[in-house]
Amino acid sequence: MTVIDTAKPLVQARNVHKAFDHLEVLKGIDLDVMPGEVVVILGPSGSGKSTFLRCINHLEAIQKGFIEVDGEQIGYKLKKDRLEKLSANGIARQRRKIGMVFQQFNLYPHMTVLQNIIEAPVGVHGESRKDAIENARQLLQRVGLSEKADAYPRQLSGGQQQRVAIARALAIKPKLMLFDEPTSALDPELVGEVLATMRDLAKQGLTMIVVTHEISFAREAADRVVFMDGGVIVEQGRPEDVIGNPQHPRTQSFLSRFL
Amino acid sequence: MINSTQSDAAPQGAANFRDVATAHTPFRTGRLLLWLVIAFVVIDFGWIIANNEGFGWPVVARYFFDPTVISGLYVSLGLTVVAMILGVVVGLVIAIMRMSNDGLAKGFASLFIWFFRGTPLLVQLIFWYNMSTLFPAISISIPFGPTLASWDTNSVITPMTAAIVGLALNEAAYMAEIIRGGLISVDRGQAETAEAFGMTKGRALWRIIIPQAMRSIVPPTGNQLISMIKATSLVSVIAMADLLYSVQSIYNRTFEIIPMLLVAVLWYLLITSVLNLGQSYIEAYYGRSERRNAGVAKVEAATGEANH
Repeated sequence: MTVIDTAKPLVQARNVHKAFDHLEVLKGIDLDVMPGEVVVILGPSGSGKSTFLRCINHLEAIQKGFIEVDGEQIGYKLKKDRLEKLSANGIARQRRKIGMVFQQFNLYPHMTVLQNIIEAPVGVHGESRKDAIENARQLLQRVGLSEKADAYPRQLSGGQQQRVAIARALAIKPKLMLFDEPTSALDPELVGEVLATMRDLAKQGLTMIVVTHEISFAREAADRVVFMDGGVIVEQGRPEDVIGNPQHPRTQSFLSRFL
Repeated sequence: MINSTQSDAAPQGAANFRDVATAHTPFRTGRLLLWLVIAFVVIDFGWIIANNEGFGWPVVARYFFDPTVISGLYVSLGLTVVAMILGVVVGLVIAIMRMSNDGLAKGFASLFIWFFRGTPLLVQLIFWYNMSTLFPAISISIPFGPTLASWDTNSVITPMTAAIVGLALNEAAYMAEIIRGGLISVDRGQAETAEAFGMTKGRALWRIIIPQAMRSIVPPTGNQLISMIKATSLVSVIAMADLLYSVQSIYNRTFEIIPMLLVAVLWYLLITSVLNLGQSYIEAYYGRSERRNAGVAKVEAATGEANH
């Protein structure tokens, strides 16, 4: 197991700017996430919250500022006071401690559930096949899908697929988990099972950054809620403050739609 | 109006007659007639072929397994396999180059495809065969410096190498486009997921993208393979003893042109038929994850029957 320095933030984002062509999506985001903290990012569509999440593991490159995860600046390397862009394989190596769950699940459709889960541990992290399979079976049990190990993703419901995707992300023993609207593509009756799995993880002290529209999840599971709008963080704090008693008019109007 | 009277007047049991399970297909006279006409035409055509002396069926039978024909067949098959494998490998590289962000690689790939798709295969083959006219010797040397090794072009570019290089490079240009199309057809989220999990580009391609792209790559590749079998007959013009060249060498001696061509035609048909079978197996293999609930449905059907 890795030793986590509890005094230092696991994720540090400073003055993060991101634009697609001329459309400015992030206009200076500052955010620290402490080890073991569960941060839920809320905000209307187009507020830049998903983009920010994707910048954390460098799926999107930022144009200004910096993002550091576990003491490493993702995508770059400091060489004698000069910042050097890392090669694709260098970035791949940095990403190995970050797990990610996508809105569209993105399971590998040509592999069974078990193969999906062991792919990265065996192929990227060099775990032995035997250990990886054992670990995968434990994870499947944890997300309540032990009997689906040999099924193909297409044979599962959306909720089951997303739980497999969570197990797959956990299989690499990540220091940080990113959830990009994990329940947005699900039928309403399937949302609960995924949120329950995520709530379990939060209780177990995993560091999580969750972009979601599920206010109830934010209220119950988050240590901190961050409200984003127009590419900036408008308001952040304990869930009971931000959700229960929002200060900013934009937060108030956003939350009023869920009451 | 008529409907309402009917339903009003309908007796108690009418619902049973409207149950589609009791429906039958009416006898289709037109269809039977059509079948009869077609059968007649086919039989007549077969009779004509069987009785036309010009086809020389006994000659076909005598030469079908002739050693010259069989060795020509081996050459055709060997050329197909080697040129196809080289074509797929080079095509894969070209496809990846064409999709890369690197301008140089992209440019080279586009130029390659543009040239080899844009000129006739026959011309390319003759060009390779006559390479010695352009470059009498092939040598390895340091540019503008000393020569390290040198060979006479005619000893390197034999009909065999000219045929392989010509067929393979031409095939590579087509395969590159087929493979590129297949790679593009895979959901963008898959590459992104592989990336997020820290896979290198090569591994993501090999483990995640290519297996999914295969579903759209295999059918056109089957087409290409069948085209390739037939394209090998072009090498007869550069004196390569393939199947066509072998039968030609026989009928140049015996003047039994039609029967000998029939020998070649039957062999080509036989090979392509076998390939068709192989293709459907490969397609079924890569489509296995697509068959939703294939296993589950069977189990459900079994338990369903047990319940009855």
